[in-house]
Amino acid sequence: MSDVPILKVENLCKSYGDLEVLKSVSFEIYKGEKKVFVGPSGTGKSTLLRCINQLTIPDSGFVYLNGEEIVHSGKKINGYRQKMGMVFQNFNLFDHLTAVRNVELALLKVKKLDKAAAHEKAMYELEQVGMADRADFYPAQLSGGQAQRVSIARALAMDPEVMLFDEPTSALDPELKREVMEVMRKLADRGMTCIVVTHEMKFATSFATEIYLMEKGEIVEHGPPSDIPTSPGFVKTRAFMGSYVEE
Amino acid sequence: MFESISAVTNSAGYLLEGVGVTLLLVGLSLLIGFVCGIILTLGQVYGPRFARWFVGIYVWFFRGLPNIVLLFLFYFALFPFMGLDLPAFGVAVVVLGLRSAAYQSQIFRGAIQSLSEGQMLAARSLGMTKWQAIRSIILPQSLRLSLPGWANEYPVLLTDSSVAYVIGVAELLTRTSQVISRTGEPMILYLTCAIVFILLNYGGMMIIQYVEKKVRIPGFGNNEAECL
Amino acid sequence: MTDSINATGADGGLGGFFQNLTDSIISQIPFWQDVLLPALWDGLWVTMQLVVMTAPLGFLLGLLIAVSRVYGSAPVKWLAQLYVIFFRGCPLLVLLFILYFGLPSVGIVLGSFMSALVGFILCNSAYNSEYLRGALQSIKRGQLLAARSLGMTKMQGVMYVVVPQALRRALPGVSNEFIYLIKYSSLAYVVAVIELTGAAKIIASKYFMYFEAFAAVGIFYLVIVTIATIGIHRLEMKYAIPGVSGAVGKVSKGH
Ligand SMILES: Nc1ncnc2c1ncn2[C@@H]1O[C@H](COP(=O)(O)OP(=O)(O)O)[C@@H](O)[C@H]1O
Ligand SMILES: [Mg+2]
Repeated sequence: MSDVPILKVENLCKSYGDLEVLKSVSFEIYKGEKKVFVGPSGTGKSTLLRCINQLTIPDSGFVYLNGEEIVHSGKKINGYRQKMGMVFQNFNLFDHLTAVRNVELALLKVKKLDKAAAHEKAMYELEQVGMADRADFYPAQLSGGQAQRVSIARALAMDPEVMLFDEPTSALDPELKREVMEVMRKLADRGMTCIVVTHEMKFATSFATEIYLMEKGEIVEHGPPSDIPTSPGFVKTRAFMGSYVEE
Repeated sequence: MFESISAVTNSAGYLLEGVGVTLLLVGLSLLIGFVCGIILTLGQVYGPRFARWFVGIYVWFFRGLPNIVLLFLFYFALFPFMGLDLPAFGVAVVVLGLRSAAYQSQIFRGAIQSLSEGQMLAARSLGMTKWQAIRSIILPQSLRLSLPGWANEYPVLLTDSSVAYVIGVAELLTRTSQVISRTGEPMILYLTCAIVFILLNYGGMMIIQYVEKKVRIPGFGNNEAECL
Repeated sequence: MTDSINATGADGGLGGFFQNLTDSIISQIPFWQDVLLPALWDGLWVTMQLVVMTAPLGFLLGLLIAVSRVYGSAPVKWLAQLYVIFFRGCPLLVLLFILYFGLPSVGIVLGSFMSALVGFILCNSAYNSEYLRGALQSIKRGQLLAARSLGMTKMQGVMYVVVPQALRRALPGVSNEFIYLIKYSSLAYVVAVIELTGAAKIIASKYFMYFEAFAAVGIFYLVIVTIATIGIHRLEMKYAIPGVSGAVGKVSKGH
């Protein structure tokens, strides 16, 4: 572990009108760590992730990427975002592009690679998630699990330093959850730093280096996964969350 | 500037009558289009083979020709050929009406086809005749469903009605042009004419939307409140 | 045509009727060949010019207006909205009169063809912008979010992700508008452009052949509109993407 955290979140606050969605959230994550956020829906987990990569601008607080403050970085945010890959609950694949072109687009337009290089890189990433054989399929022709794997490849193609997963398996049938979790595990084994929001407790305990419990915009408890099943806070909120999923 | 304004105000009464003619033209055409449109739809959906053919050709014809060509064709050629001596206003009403019928019939048809087959089956299972089922079950529902599409016929006909200018119907645009040829001031007067049309357009739309809201059935068709 | 009817009345008999009908058709061949059709071909050429010039410009301007209305700042949105209200609400014929008769009185002379072209572009773009705006707004927010999460600017996200999808959704509306354009290009006649309709009207009045002239020009329009409709349908099929256009294109799920 180096001394500077890859990502440091300090006193993030966000309100929508009278609704305080984030109430001074702080945490930090070092290279290779996997932090999993759990908690009932509507507590601000998605908002937290979006405030990290500035898709939502927080009202106050700071986010440091490798020690650089990025909340008020203006146009430079587009560069920082490449370092933080994001995976959405409902994939958000670009519907008008085939799988491989989904992965290529940002390589061409943001990283300014030439066509051949972008294609090669895209195919490599698709292979990593086991989707190379579906490269020319449109999103509507993919199953949910396949689409999510492509969207992971799309984020990975930017060579991010940290991955943000917002309930990557919530929209999927149990069968398909497994293939996505598989890909995430492989990624973790390669040392990728991950922040994951999920309702799958069993996956969380086996995947995380640390689990955070959020409630009403605050982190109310956190600790290593071994402590979790017995912690009173988790036991209480388990009812709100998804059941354990067999892997 | 003062002269320009007085050019408008002096002819205000004459132009206002033109607004009346325009609205009458639009209203009558809508009505003809509605009645003929329903007949065409029923012919197309429930009629025998030749009726379907006829409606197909009718729609193709009236949707394939420009308004102005239709007006010329009927005014200078078809009606005189048939020995009908209709005034320009009458020709315009008939042409715009028949043309609107072609468009309206396709709106109604879409609505009828979107109703589930169960509606007809249920009606027939109660012992209704086909005609009774159409009249009391299918039409009331499909007409409500076609309201959003149908509402669009008003602005279309309103703007199209100005084309009646080419056969000399004394509607708003024709009268505006007449006033201009007497007093000059084409810019001010045509702009005024445009604004009046725009007001009629959006004013009419607001009334239609109000009516649409009134006849809405909860949970049926495009009921936004229910969808949210 | 009137001749043939009178003639039938005179000598009766079905054979006589057809004889006279054939005679009168044959006697008209020179008129069609030497007068009417050449005039209509010339008119068709002008109509084509109007349509072919208006369509791309009206489309691009419409796209600009639509993007302004959805993504612009408040005053830009407001201006774009005003544009749409005016040019959709104002009958095209009135607009043409403003351009052709009104503008010269404030020192701007566009001429016949230019007036028609400008009028068509303004009208066409206003209508197209409505289809495009609806399509832009129908694209899920997540698409732009995903684009931005990859480091694209808002502009890039709109240009490479939202607009290409919206274009496909707007295609049915925009192509309908193209068909309308073919038809309302006939209004250029009132500002003295001798396109198809104008050509027919001139011949009709000059030779007093109203029926022939308008029947012929009607056939011209029916043929063009029918061809355009079929062509557009082909185009829609060709550019359909599973799951994007909604209307056409097969969606096959899974494996
Ligand atoms: N753009 C927004 N505008 C208004 N309210 C929002 C917006 N985004 C989220 N919220 C509200 O913020 C709260 C937290 O949402 P979210 O972060 O999605 O929670 P979670 O991901 O934990 O389910 C919810 O009550 C939601 O309705
Ligand atoms: Mg969420």
